[in-house]
Amino acid sequence: MNPENDAGHGRSGVSRRNFLGGGLVAAAVTPLLNATAEAEAAEAASATAGGVAQVLVRAAVNGAPVTVLVDPRATLLDTLRERLDLKGTKKGCDRGQCGACTVHVDGRRVLSCLTLAASTTGHEVTTIEGLADGDRLHPMQQAFIEHDGLQCGFCTPGQIMSAVAMVDDEGPARSDDEIRERMSGNICRCSAYPRIVDAIRDAQQVMR
Amino acid sequence: MFPFTYTRATSVHEAIEAGERGGRYIAGGTTLVDLMRETVERPRALVDIVGLPLSDVSATPRGGLRIGALARMADVAADPVVRQTYPAVAQALELSASAQLRNMATIGGNVMQRPRCAYFRDVSAPCNRREPGSGCSALEGYNRTHAILGTSEHCVATHPSDLAVVLTALEATVHMVGPEGRRATPIGQFLLQPGDTPDREQDLRPGELIVALEIPPLPRPLRSGYLKVRDRESYEFALTSVAVALHIRGGVIHTAKVAAGGVGTIPWKLPAVEQHLVGRRPSPDLWAQAAERAADGARPLVHNGFKTELLRRTVERQLRIVGGRS
Repeated sequence: MNPENDAGHGRSGVSRRNFLGGGLVAAAVTPLLNATAEAEAAEAASATAGGVAQVLVRAAVNGAPVTVLVDPRATLLDTLRERLDLKGTKKGCDRGQCGACTVHVDGRRVLSCLTLAASTTGHEVTTIEGLADGDRLHPMQQAFIEHDGLQCGFCTPGQIMSAVAMVDDEGPARSDDEIRERMSGNICRCSAYPRIVDAIRDAQQVMR
Repeated sequence: MFPFTYTRATSVHEAIEAGERGGRYIAGGTTLVDLMRETVERPRALVDIVGLPLSDVSATPRGGLRIGALARMADVAADPVVRQTYPAVAQALELSASAQLRNMATIGGNVMQRPRCAYFRDVSAPCNRREPGSGCSALEGYNRTHAILGTSEHCVATHPSDLAVVLTALEATVHMVGPEGRRATPIGQFLLQPGDTPDREQDLRPGELIVALEIPPLPRPLRSGYLKVRDRESYEFALTSVAVALHIRGGVIHTAKVAAGGVGTIPWKLPAVEQHLVGRRPSPDLWAQAAERAADGARPLVHNGFKTELLRRTVERQLRIVGGRS
């Protein structure tokens, strides 16, 4: 993890602190239909930080409308974690190789570290926080617990988000080999793979 | 990342205008955002084209296939028309990247992928693609995964796309729109070998936008397939790969389309292999004889000598898989 990477470090002349602070002109989470907030957001849209025009993003996150003003460089991953306080989505490699940052956009699994927050306007984002129904866990979450499909747990939110979309969006896997192939974008450095496969195999029965 | 402005294009016309002013097109972003973070790419202005209506996949009147530039890899791989008419296309896509990346990345962007050479991605290393004239670190460096065909003294990086190998075998056309109107060019001429200008990777003029890739009709029945050999079983780039399409009628091969990946600075068409196949009857001996010609002209580097024989064997195996079912 390299937090300095997010906002461009010394070479760009913008520190992470400036980047995060400067963008917080609009409230981090603003109901879409709030007229005052809308006006504030529109005003803020002309704001600049480090000489670059900020971008107004309106999306739904875990079912709730969100309006947030972002630096064009902000990834969806950093915006979820740092601006919306949704820290369940993990930053592993931050370069599209490990899958720890997997979220759903319009129901499809994508990598939030390679998604610019600015590009999510008009879309529905779902994170691990949006999976459970109140206190009732999603069947995939429950299966990961029952099968102990993790060791350190850092890759787990990404594994679960990836597995849920694999079943719901793309259709259940027909064999363990197929689960392994279709989940190959999610790396588990503890190598809990056998139990991850067990969990997914079971959960997709319940999800049908 | 260096600062940039971000705008969304609401029409192709608007996109081209912004592109002409120096804006860089961004679609899935899986290559560009990654390279921007490494500061390999430093665009001043991004033009988001994802909202443009360029994602249709459709059969063309005489049995070809037209794939919109903004169609996602996952959608094209799952498309029933694609799977039925050109299974090699679906296979190449499914063997590419990961499910998450295939949900994001577009077909146009896939063809536009930049090299995966570690020196290209490391801004502290000399690289003629990134910084023309600075030298090629891979020539004397660790070059196990690099190219053996189409190389020059300035660059030896492979083209990373699987799909482009199939498109090259099938002689697809790249359709573009730019400030001066529409233009189309064969993919074999669109992707450029490094030569003396390794920083110029495509025949794409300022402001031009890929709108579609079109596979021409081929005689039916047509068998096609893609085979990928790699260090890891999944989620890895090719060491070697081969796309094959064969039209066999009356026990004789009438049409043969063959190209290889992982070995060339661009997807590598294998005309000598094709010519050896046409007019002959399928047999194990024929596959072996044709494959002998697969590495003609290869110039291995210090660490990738194995690719010459691996290429021949990959071609032979894939000819047997696709053509050997009779």
